[in-house]
Amino acid sequence: MRPVFHSTLVHGTRKRGVVEKMRNKSMDVSSHRQAVAFADNVYWIGVLDPTLRTFDIILRTANGTTYNAYLVKGSEGVAIIDTVKESFSDEFFARLESVADYKDIKVIVLNHLEPDHSGALPELMRRAPQAKLYISQRATSMLKALLKPSSEIAYTTVTTDDTVSLGDRTLRFLHTPFLHWPDTQCTYLEGQGILFSGDVFGCHYCDKRLFNDQVGDFRFSFDYYYAHIMRPFKSHVLDALKLIEPLKLNQIAPTHGPILRERPRRYVTHYRELSTSSLSTDINEQNQSLIVFYMSAYGNTAKMAEEIFEGASIDGVRVSLYDLEGGEVDPFVDLIEAADALVFGSPTINGDAVKPIWNLLSSLAVVNLKGKVGAAFGSYGWSGEAVRMIEDRMRGLKMRIPIQGLRIKLIPTTEELSDCHQFGENIAHALINPNQGSGVIEFSDIH
Amino acid sequence: MAKAKITFEDINQTVNVPAGTRVIEVSEKVGAGLIYGCREGDCGTCMMEVTEGWNNLTEPSVLEEKVLKENMAGRHNRLACQAQILGDCKVKPA
Repeated sequence: MRPVFHSTLVHGTRKRGVVEKMRNKSMDVSSHRQAVAFADNVYWIGVLDPTLRTFDIILRTANGTTYNAYLVKGSEGVAIIDTVKESFSDEFFARLESVADYKDIKVIVLNHLEPDHSGALPELMRRAPQAKLYISQRATSMLKALLKPSSEIAYTTVTTDDTVSLGDRTLRFLHTPFLHWPDTQCTYLEGQGILFSGDVFGCHYCDKRLFNDQVGDFRFSFDYYYAHIMRPFKSHVLDALKLIEPLKLNQIAPTHGPILRERPRRYVTHYRELSTSSLSTDINEQNQSLIVFYMSAYGNTAKMAEEIFEGASIDGVRVSLYDLEGGEVDPFVDLIEAADALVFGSPTINGDAVKPIWNLLSSLAVVNLKGKVGAAFGSYGWSGEAVRMIEDRMRGLKMRIPIQGLRIKLIPTTEELSDCHQFGENIAHALINPNQGSGVIEFSDIH
Repeated sequence: MAKAKITFEDINQTVNVPAGTRVIEVSEKVGAGLIYGCREGDCGTCMMEVTEGWNNLTEPSVLEEKVLKENMAGRHNRLACQAQILGDCKVKPA
């Protein structure tokens, strides 16, 4: 049975907020501006944004979102964990004031500094000047850049296992960088087992019933949020889970979407599943995966692609060949995420690579490409800019380009096709044996 | 002009460069695994480890020191977009 928090449990009789009743089907946080208690002296003081339809340009939000902020009362002071988007500050302060006085605020924690959570911070610090701000080391430069303070804001940087005491209760910090900002941390309320997880385990889902066992079906929103926000940082998610999984978790309180109080560990397990490859490969896991994508107008770049495919097919490399004309972007993005090397072939038309190549190369923000091997090739008529442009794009995507691109004027000759074969082979060798330098070379030779 | 050798250990490639060349000017051209974000010393993406010849790179600027600290850099870490090569050294991705 989940305990009911009667108002008598709340410190201070004057300011009580709203006490969340167990399984209260009629709960509606949009009908008032009070704090909502969901554990002993732990309150939601966030806001609903039901009309938002696009978040940060990249995310669709079919029923809006919430900006969740939290308040924890201890015997020796109050902690505020995260704030809200600036334009929603009034409601945030109203909920805060329903359960606490500004003079009692001892601690302010920002789990990351994205504007939708740091928006009310300057005003909060003005109202509670005695409060200390706790952020991660990486957040310091962002704090200055975001708030552009006329005077320095005092802060304390914290990392994993640092704690701050509120008297009878303690907040402990977990350093969880890149989930999804470099400065991300989580904050854990010891004893009560509540993880204030920032954007981790969050989703853009707006529901006045607030708790995962009360709200509508938000599974799509949860997975969609992961796919667009957390997916590029899978390895960092797995690092963070190493810190989170050993915790006793009674509730997870993220900064967006429902508070996860009913079986919260399911969401932790789900994050592990989402961050781990779903289908193990049929080939030896030691093998490297290389994919050749191409577009071809007259079949010349296609001929090059086929020869590169043959050349790259050496022991230890699994090669796949795809004509972009016959596919859709999203499944290719999945393929790219799992590949070790990507080779793009495009003809040059009017001085540029063709649009399907750019469509794919501009759809990769949701996956991590860091350190993957890249290469480019293509047939051209008179100037052949496409290959260099694709190489530059891949460098911009943090890939490394060990083998210089291959351009062939119009129809490849037999000799040129054997160059393609060698090009494929060279890429494959650079992939499986990066440590294959060629002695000392002169700087002028690589310019 | 004075020359210096920089070795990219991850690809076992050595390049003979004019003294004063920035690491970023060389590493991408030889396909080393150092990767870059902002390319102007702000983001910390291009952090590298200097395994030999630590003193043969230019001293880090105040800005680079700050970014290294924020990114919890190790003792022999530098930003490849900032460090200039003055003498022989060996580097690899941090």
